[in-house]
Amino acid sequence: MKKLESSLKNMLLSLTGFAVVAGVLLGLVNGVTADPIAQAKAAALGNAIAVVVPGFDNNPAEASDTVEVNGASYIIYKATKGGQPVGVAVQSSANGFGGALTVLVGFDNEGNIIDYSLLGHTETPGLGSKADVWFKKGGKGDIIGKNPGEKPLTVSKDGGDIDAITASTITSRAFLLAVNNAYAAYKGQQVDGASGASQQASPAEAPAAAEENENVGKE
Amino acid sequence: MSNLKVLINGIVNENPTFVLLLGMCPTLGTTSSAENGMGMGLATMFVLICSNVVISAIKNLVPDMVRIPIFVVVIASFVTILDMLMQAYVPDLYKTLGLFIPLIVVNCILLGRAEAFACKNSPVASFFDGLGIGLGFTIALTLLGAVRELLGTGKVFGLEIYPEQYGMLTFVLAPGAFIALGFLIAIVNRLRKA
Repeated sequence: MKKLESSLKNMLLSLTGFAVVAGVLLGLVNGVTADPIAQAKAAALGNAIAVVVPGFDNNPAEASDTVEVNGASYIIYKATKGGQPVGVAVQSSANGFGGALTVLVGFDNEGNIIDYSLLGHTETPGLGSKADVWFKKGGKGDIIGKNPGEKPLTVSKDGGDIDAITASTITSRAFLLAVNNAYAAYKGQQVDGASGASQQASPAEAPAAAEENENVGKE
Repeated sequence: MSNLKVLINGIVNENPTFVLLLGMCPTLGTTSSAENGMGMGLATMFVLICSNVVISAIKNLVPDMVRIPIFVVVIASFVTILDMLMQAYVPDLYKTLGLFIPLIVVNCILLGRAEAFACKNSPVASFFDGLGIGLGFTIALTLLGAVRELLGTGKVFGLEIYPEQYGMLTFVLAPGAFIALGFLIAIVNRLRKA
């Protein structure tokens, strides 16, 4: 077949034709992969919750609340065993070095950190990306078992007692801020739950939680 | 030129990283470890083979004056398809490489091979060109990633060779990428001429 000439008609037809074919193809692939992607994400969330608050027998992914603190929203997944609360997993995010850093933190009923899992981040590979294991048990900046309510978590450079990731202080600060905020969101809701009011944070209590959150950020 | 020659040409004589010096952005940006480098290389190879074959097959339907937009549409479509497929079926790999996948669109190796080879040759030859260039890119990125990981953290593919505290962190950072790449290019070119 001879090569098409570069006439206006040919160029329009060719470019439109290829764009339409590419669009249809992408639509088809999207249709095929939409379900597996949603399933993979749900499975990843389920696994992450199971890691950070072990020993539940309900489905925390379905027992979730969204709490607004200081303009940011936090998702709280409640884990129960035999109807009794065993802890919560709080999804929280902060601005890291390369963008949003989303972390899922598990707290027991006293507010001690059970474990955490990084859900998503855009930190530098090999540096900030080490946050996925750095703060775990046995890692250099171990935060497991600590309670942000007693003392907000801060890196040693800022006067705290958590070792920051080598060459990634900004990531470490963002990570600890996300953990502290997760605790604030969790605590704000726990007070709410104890008072017997609705499970959602009521507007009257939101300012209190916001204030607490601000203090955490400053210290 | 036989298909085997085209293949070897991509790996040795026209190695995109060490000889043509194309695609420097992903080369420097993603090779902080051997694993990342290899993942990026393989993902690029997949898109390169697909786009080379398709562009070669449609070359007579593409008027010369609009060939670049059409090549970009083809390349971007394959990258998006790869992105969605990886998200759906290999979520773990996607978690480590997800950031780099959209970058493949702007990798000039793809457009370069479409212009220099695929739009002048048969789909079969273009397939081998894509495979050869893709392998050359993968080998180069894995090598660079391994050197940087070894010097920076004392590991290769996550296996500890020497304790991490003796590593030079510079090599994991951007300056180390330039230094390591410079020396690798020098060594490879010396070997190629010998």
